[in-house]
Amino acid sequence: MPLSQAQKRELEAKMQEFVGLPISEPKPGRDAVNEPMIRQWCDAMADENPIYWDAAAAKEAGYDGVVAPPTMLQAWTMQGFEMAEGYDVPKNNEHRLHKLLTDHGYTSVVATNTDQGYTRYLAPGDVVTANTVIESISEEKATALGIGYFINTRTTFTDQDGDEVGWLTFRVLKFVPQQQPQAADDGGAGAAAAPGIIRPPMGHDNGWWWELVQDGVLAIQRCNGCGALHHPPRPMCNQCRSMDMGHVEASGRGTVHSFTVIRHPQFPGYDMPILAALIDLEEGTRIVSNVVDCRPEDVHIGMKVTCRIDEVEDGFKLPVFVPAG
Amino acid sequence: MPTTLKDEAAIVGIGQTKFTKNSGVSELALACEAVSNAIDDAGLDPSEVDGLTTFTLDTNDEIDVARAVGIGEIRHFGRTPYGGGAATAIVHQAVMAVATGTCKAVVAYRALNGRSGQRYGAGVSGNIITSDLIHWSWYMPWGLLTPASWVAMFAQRYMHEYGAKPEDLAEVAIATRSHAVNNPDAFFHGRPLTLDEYMDARFIAEPLRLYDCCQETDGGCAVVITSPERARDLKHPGVMIRAAASAAGADQEQMTSFYRPAISGLPEMDSVASQLWETSGLGPDDIDSAILYDAFTPNVLFQIESFGFCGRGEAKDFVKDGALAVGGRLPTNTHGGQLSEAYIHGVNGIAEGVRVVRGTSTNQPQKNDHVLVTSGIGVPTSAMVLGKMD
Repeated sequence: MPLSQAQKRELEAKMQEFVGLPISEPKPGRDAVNEPMIRQWCDAMADENPIYWDAAAAKEAGYDGVVAPPTMLQAWTMQGFEMAEGYDVPKNNEHRLHKLLTDHGYTSVVATNTDQGYTRYLAPGDVVTANTVIESISEEKATALGIGYFINTRTTFTDQDGDEVGWLTFRVLKFVPQQQPQAADDGGAGAAAAPGIIRPPMGHDNGWWWELVQDGVLAIQRCNGCGALHHPPRPMCNQCRSMDMGHVEASGRGTVHSFTVIRHPQFPGYDMPILAALIDLEEGTRIVSNVVDCRPEDVHIGMKVTCRIDEVEDGFKLPVFVPAG
Repeated sequence: MPTTLKDEAAIVGIGQTKFTKNSGVSELALACEAVSNAIDDAGLDPSEVDGLTTFTLDTNDEIDVARAVGIGEIRHFGRTPYGGGAATAIVHQAVMAVATGTCKAVVAYRALNGRSGQRYGAGVSGNIITSDLIHWSWYMPWGLLTPASWVAMFAQRYMHEYGAKPEDLAEVAIATRSHAVNNPDAFFHGRPLTLDEYMDARFIAEPLRLYDCCQETDGGCAVVITSPERARDLKHPGVMIRAAASAAGADQEQMTSFYRPAISGLPEMDSVASQLWETSGLGPDDIDSAILYDAFTPNVLFQIESFGFCGRGEAKDFVKDGALAVGGRLPTNTHGGQLSEAYIHGVNGIAEGVRVVRGTSTNQPQKNDHVLVTSGIGVPTSAMVLGKMD
């Protein structure tokens, strides 16, 4: 059952009480920085940098001895995954915040991204302490996974002297899992059709043009009264006001007048990014289309292109343009 | 009976709701709140309002707003089509209603749940049932579904013809953001934008990056228009409408006028400009600051040229060195614009134009004799010049 606006506001107010709170007392690492753990990490990462392995090489590079890879920062204070024990008995503020959301139907969680920063190299003997704060919670977002809230935490790492040695931000999405369409076992009713490109609605003034495309013809409307060419087609010629309209078949040769590479939002049913262009046809009219068989970085204004009519989906043809050979 | 609209009406009240990403209330509630606040700001009683104008895109019927706010009899209700192009056009309509004696006081309003409801940035789809569905059919199958993609086509050509660079578009985004930083009502209040952040942001539709594009907002805005005579008796000094004009250009399409010989300008805005100068007797040199419709940054460059603040293709040079910031040649979008304050389809810009003439902007330009306010780009469009009452 989706929450009402009032329930949502109440939830959001409760969530906001967590912002700025540490998730727990600062947590020192179980072990001080040590060479066995460094070697194990480097083995796993296939990191052969000698300053992590060999004291002599590290000294030559200007360090007192072997140092730890900066990306191990979080490893020094990690002790299992506390969330794995579930939310039933929350042990810290992060658990409590997650439980609050779970109890309101935001049952799923996914980590979305993390950033780290390093102040200095850690060396064997350093004792690292992590202090994690719930930094912010987003407004409700509609994502491909479902609606939810992004929770940002920020961890500051300090050494035995209390000096900062690095930081880490971590973002999770706590969300209501979206109902996935039932897979069709018989291809019958209930099967969600895969989205396709939006096809043109066809009316009196444009349907004939699309029918010719399905026959493999790129047409340009031509006024039978005065011979003027028009695109897009219209019911009356703006030159002579004749309503007697015919067409000519275009040669398909053209030049890119302008273009755009469309990247966001991502449209279901379209291959992203979309290279769309405005093309001057040699007959003198202009048409919007796609340039295909061409990398986005290679298209340019003035580029010569040729029309090709592709069956882009079963039973539907679309004129597109390719770089002229 | 007047023969032009010069100095025939004044704006005497402005009102708005909070600007948010999720209002949690109906669009009608937003409209009522904005209209009611504008009437209060004018110092009028709702019963003194006898005209209402809005966008065809607005979902709030005039009669529903009137009934809720306590406006009685309505003698003019007019709507203007074509999205943002309607923003000052609905004031233009109000001016005509007042100048002809049809109405004594008109409220022009716009309210939308533009983020939590229908999102314009999401573009058109096959589900829209409108008379211009055939028009969109020439774009949808090839993936030109969003306003950003339509505007990108013009921007690419403009940059090609005149050598404008991404850094020139960034000037607009950064100057506008610098204003939002000081405006507590702005989404980007307290959050400046650097050139690096601008350049590092993702492409939406090349050459447009994220911060070339306006926001999507829930909110409402309204303004009250009455005669200069009545304005003199009201709470605030009235803001005179020196001239108002609307225009569609030759071979105009809605957002996709791709078939004109040149696509690196806005013929409809050129027409609006010449009408404004002719009616008001003013020119670009008389304009102290501007609210230029900024759904996308390139449109600001186009309009600077349409209104003759510089020559064709020279806007990229005009905007350099802080020309659009307070203290520059043309302080522009001092509220933060639709890029950085809120997207109330241009009507929040009209409210800011009024604040600038009143001297109450959070980024108040020193000189405020005349403020240009425009609306809509790439669609049939409109603009007006605001000034002080004598």
